[in-house]
Amino acid sequence: MDKKIEPSCPIPITDYPHILLAHGGGGKLMHQLLEKIILPSFDNPALNSRHDGAVLKMGQVRIAFTTDSYVVQPLFFPGGDIGSLAINGTVNDLAMCGAGPLYLSAGFILEEGFPMETLWRVVQSMKKAAQDAGVSLVTGDTKVVDRGKGDQIFINTAGIGLIKHDLNISPASVVPGDAIILSGDIGRHGMAIMSARENIGFESAIESDCAPLHEMVLKLLEEKIKIHCLRDLTRGGLAGGLVEIAETCNCRLEIDESRIKIREEVRSACELLGLDPFYVANEGRFIAFVPEADATRSIDILRQFDNGRESTVIGGVHESDAGLVVLKTIMGVGRIVDMMSGEQLPRIC
Amino acid sequence: MKFLDEYRDPTAVRRYVRAIAEITTRDWTIMEICGGQTHSIVKFGLDSLLPDKITLLHGPGCPVCVTPAELIDKAIEIASRPEVIFCSFGDMMRVPGTGKDLLSVKAAGGDIRMVYSPLDAVRLARENPHRQVVFFAIGFETTAPANAMAVMQAKQSGLKNFTVLVSHVLVPPAIEAILSSPDNRVQGFLAAGHVCAVMGYTEYEPIAEQFRVPIVVTGFEPLDIIQGIYLCIKQLEEKRFEVENAYSRVVNREGNRTAQRVMGDLFRVVNRKWRGIGEIPASGLGLKEEYKEFDAELRFGVAGKKVEEATECISGLILRGMKKPPDCPAYGTKCTPEHPLGATMVSSEGTCAAYYSYRRLAPLGKSESQRQKNG
Repeated sequence: MDKKIEPSCPIPITDYPHILLAHGGGGKLMHQLLEKIILPSFDNPALNSRHDGAVLKMGQVRIAFTTDSYVVQPLFFPGGDIGSLAINGTVNDLAMCGAGPLYLSAGFILEEGFPMETLWRVVQSMKKAAQDAGVSLVTGDTKVVDRGKGDQIFINTAGIGLIKHDLNISPASVVPGDAIILSGDIGRHGMAIMSARENIGFESAIESDCAPLHEMVLKLLEEKIKIHCLRDLTRGGLAGGLVEIAETCNCRLEIDESRIKIREEVRSACELLGLDPFYVANEGRFIAFVPEADATRSIDILRQFDNGRESTVIGGVHESDAGLVVLKTIMGVGRIVDMMSGEQLPRIC
Repeated sequence: MKFLDEYRDPTAVRRYVRAIAEITTRDWTIMEICGGQTHSIVKFGLDSLLPDKITLLHGPGCPVCVTPAELIDKAIEIASRPEVIFCSFGDMMRVPGTGKDLLSVKAAGGDIRMVYSPLDAVRLARENPHRQVVFFAIGFETTAPANAMAVMQAKQSGLKNFTVLVSHVLVPPAIEAILSSPDNRVQGFLAAGHVCAVMGYTEYEPIAEQFRVPIVVTGFEPLDIIQGIYLCIKQLEEKRFEVENAYSRVVNREGNRTAQRVMGDLFRVVNRKWRGIGEIPASGLGLKEEYKEFDAELRFGVAGKKVEEATECISGLILRGMKKPPDCPAYGTKCTPEHPLGATMVSSEGTCAAYYSYRRLAPLGKSESQRQKNG
């Protein structure tokens, strides 16, 4: 194997001369991409904290700033569409910084020939999602590319939110003794997309959990819960989120399989395709790390919300030499939870 | 979940674990054939619930893992051609040949599609009459009937642009190869339930008799597996060497006659190379002469291609149950799921990948179960 390494581009170390789909999958390859190309190029404390958004101080005010691009296919799926996703995704990234979302931008990349009527539906869905989340879309951009050079529509949104507390909500703040709270069942968004995309006609449609999360977070803060870390469980799913945090805080996160809720239709679909729901994406679920003493009160608060009714403590944080996630299986045996290398691939048999 | 939760009931599993401990009087080594079973065992930590006297070895039943590098290189060569739409099951995409994998070919512009059924590939061939559609037909006896059906459909509809790259393998010759090896340690087998659903289990009866090994047809859920282990140990302790069916909700002795007929119409038994093991006589299926127009190796002129396998990977020993992943110096260091040296580290059913994903650092489960035993 030719191991010659060009000094200008460190990525060939990993033997991938081209971008693979897995580089966007939220797993190890994506992390390598960030660590080898993006982070060293733009090296600064806000970026290096590798949170869902950057927390910045402007004068006496602390704000959160984030951006995300949406390329989902199909554009419309049970429980949502690319428009609602583009608003809620960015709102949630701000919420995970403990910020109240305020202003959003939207950039549209449209493919020549894209039906005007479909664009209208997407934009109306964004309008509704923005209203529901209480954010204003204040600036934007539109570009059109030649037919065949895009996939109907890509949307980028960026957002700014205000931070009104003194907590440092980040993976580095997680400490032994914290409780890990999960805000509901997992795996619905990814399986909704997969069943729509692959034309797999499951008997009952799986609906995406796509929803804004900031109200729940702001309520926790209002009630003076000392949140140490928040993470929405998008690409990479519950497992990806936990492993990332464990590696940053250098603790052992222990979770209990029997406490993690997965709807029956999601479990069935995952069983059928050979996928692990722990790695399947969500768009309306988050984990919160809070001191053990605040755990019960946090659960009570979260359960007041429709989208938080199934909130529960799924485990806790322990001292360790290295960051790792340990799952107590339903058989009562402990095993490691690892990050996916690339994308989950359906099995053969 | 109906028909699933019942087979993951921890109380029932623990009952069997106790029963196993009660009947086990000496050291026994048994092998689960199928990668799906290995995955369940490691994922749920079932092996760490067992008495120390029982050693589970992980068998060669992962179709992705045993597909030789040579065939993957052929797939890559075919998939790189501009006129080809290459269709594969998902978990075959990341397995390296001697150089790259199919996902890299896709990233470099190859038209590679992930399909869920070979019939999807037949449909693609119908919809794209000016392209060559190739289906990567790998797997054990489980996937063979559907793949045979796809070729049959293509023939019936007169499709001239559909071919299959066949690398089907068979379980019984692999069991015989393991048992015939002078280094063999395996004393009993858990046969793969899904394979037996198609083939039945009559072909295992002479093996059990000749080699004096119990073979228990076993499913894939924790309770299935632990029950399979119990029955296997019970036979060993009682010095019985029979084929027993612990998966009767799915498997009967004769199997699925229709599926077997379709396979018999399309395929003939051939010698087959297994990754890391080498050629096993009469261990695979190839297309019959009358279907050779559907053979991708012939259509694209790759039939004679030969490659050397990497020597560093000990997957051959792992697939034969002679080593476990941590015995390999490359495991977890030079060989990881991101940089696999062999297929056992790639496939979700591969033994090395299962170990790496679930217990990379230490045998966590064992220490915990020990504590429980002691406590």
